[in-house]
Amino acid sequence: MKYEIGCVSRRNIYRQKFYRISQSELYDHVGKRNCARAVEAAAQTVFTICAFFAVFAVVFITLYMFANGVPAFYKIGIKEILFSAVWKPTADEPSFGIFYIILTSVAGTAMAILIGVPIALLTAIFLAEVAPKRLASVVRPAVEILAGIPSVVYGLLGMMILNPVMYRWELRIFRESVTHQFTGGANLLSAVLVLAIMILPTVVSISETSLRAVPPQLKSSSLALGASRIQTIFKVIVPAAKPGIVTAIVLGVGRAIGEAMAISLVSGNSVHFPLPFVSVRFLTTAIVSEMGYAGGAHRQVLFAIGLVLFVFIMLINFIMNAVLRRGIEA
Amino acid sequence: MIRKFREGLAIGLIYLASFFSVILLAAIIGYVLARGLSMVSWSFLTTVSSVLRGTVGIAGNIVNTLYIVILTLMIAVPIGIGSAIWLTEYAGHGRFVRLIEFTTETLAGIPSVIFGLFGMVFFGTTLGFGYSLLTGALTLSLMILPLITRNTQEALKSVPDSYRTGAIGMGATQWYMIRTILIPSAMPGIITGVVLSIGRIVGESAALLLTAGSGYLLPKPGAGYLYNIMESGGTLAVQLYLSVAKAGYDAAFGIAAVLLCIVLILNLIIKMMIGKVDVLSR
Repeated sequence: MKYEIGCVSRRNIYRQKFYRISQSELYDHVGKRNCARAVEAAAQTVFTICAFFAVFAVVFITLYMFANGVPAFYKIGIKEILFSAVWKPTADEPSFGIFYIILTSVAGTAMAILIGVPIALLTAIFLAEVAPKRLASVVRPAVEILAGIPSVVYGLLGMMILNPVMYRWELRIFRESVTHQFTGGANLLSAVLVLAIMILPTVVSISETSLRAVPPQLKSSSLALGASRIQTIFKVIVPAAKPGIVTAIVLGVGRAIGEAMAISLVSGNSVHFPLPFVSVRFLTTAIVSEMGYAGGAHRQVLFAIGLVLFVFIMLINFIMNAVLRRGIEA
Repeated sequence: MIRKFREGLAIGLIYLASFFSVILLAAIIGYVLARGLSMVSWSFLTTVSSVLRGTVGIAGNIVNTLYIVILTLMIAVPIGIGSAIWLTEYAGHGRFVRLIEFTTETLAGIPSVIFGLFGMVFFGTTLGFGYSLLTGALTLSLMILPLITRNTQEALKSVPDSYRTGAIGMGATQWYMIRTILIPSAMPGIITGVVLSIGRIVGESAALLLTAGSGYLLPKPGAGYLYNIMESGGTLAVQLYLSVAKAGYDAAFGIAAVLLCIVLILNLIIKMMIGKVDVLSR
């Protein structure tokens, strides 16, 4: 056994001399048992430390996000950052208002959810209830692969395919307008569509799991009462799976609000009030696009933006936890 | 009549929504490969971009990606597996288990930009690793930790209890049982977690842009391979973003094609692994 080698303790050497036995005999008598116990204890300790790693990580991240994000609020003022709409970080008299940036993230996420969730939910219903096996075995892998495609690839495609289409629409809609700033298609709507696609896999897989977890008796009794298949799905199964579906949507919100690279390529990246055909900047894209050159107060404000994002995510996490707990109780 | 129409409409919408994903995926793969594969040549894959010669190559980025993948897995896999073992085999149902599961969920929900910011100040500044592959790998290992933990946990849960009682009954200690029975039985699940993690690492860009920087050169031979972990280095996904930002769309599509191929291969491996898990639980 391997672990015997590490157990030449002083006590064991005394034992060896006292009992006048060979090393291997000693190990046979006492070493094995003691060593096994020591190895057991060591293994358990190591595993415990590993398990608490996640806790340390979350605590450290929280501490660091606050430690680096809060100074900007002290220096510049909470009102000046959160509720001012003027973002001029590099001007002579800089202004760090991130109100429009926050608004963009919220509006963009909400719109992405409005577009993405119905599609995702219908797909989940298809996979869980409607699909013949062979069709499901095409759709499910497709959704899984969509989940694995890197976000920069979505960004690149959005830029090359979606933005030109948007630009054509923009030209048509704002032909008469004098005040409209043309964006070349890099606008909020492009970002929203990319986000809607990117949240699909998350929402589909979790909703499908919860739809499948609905007890079959509910379904069969509904069918036995004379309800059609569609009525059963929408009036019985979906309501029964509601906690899981809500979880899926909340997770989708989390993904959408945290996405950075894809939308930084398609959204145009200038700070404006979030309207569909206007170039906008999100919380995440502000961080990735400016961190490279920001210094001083500008950099601190970027960390403040990170803190705002972090607070949003933590809220989402707590909501989800609450929903899950209620789901278990119900 | 109206009811029939409405039901037909509902079924139609359900089919439409489902085929949307399939068509979308086919379009993405088709478009990227059509535009990207023509870029992918031997010299594209094996040389480094040179301004002097005006050539584009991604060898440095491929090597950086390998460095990050290997370093990250070396850090996160042992911790993740250990954590899963503690949760399923030692911990029971206490308050700590709930705390750890909650923080693991939280960690999984934190967006990569936040990981990037944290990694930049903690590993980069506080620990002094700067913009380097090591900083990037440490940051990403926090990011993939939940993936490894959860997949290992699921796999361990699916190992039948009779394996455990059998081994203990034959006189095995708990660690011996874990080492020789549980981990081998849970291997397909662990590998699934690792492969999923590789996918996330390869596709990650926001966190790495903030922590590992954008170097694209090959490491110097000899000891340079070791020192390289302290150098800045952009992975394929980061280089893709930088290429787009500099309007180098051809190179970007070349990299996108390479990334897509990696993603498809990883997906295939996962499919094979899931087949094995099913065999186990039967």
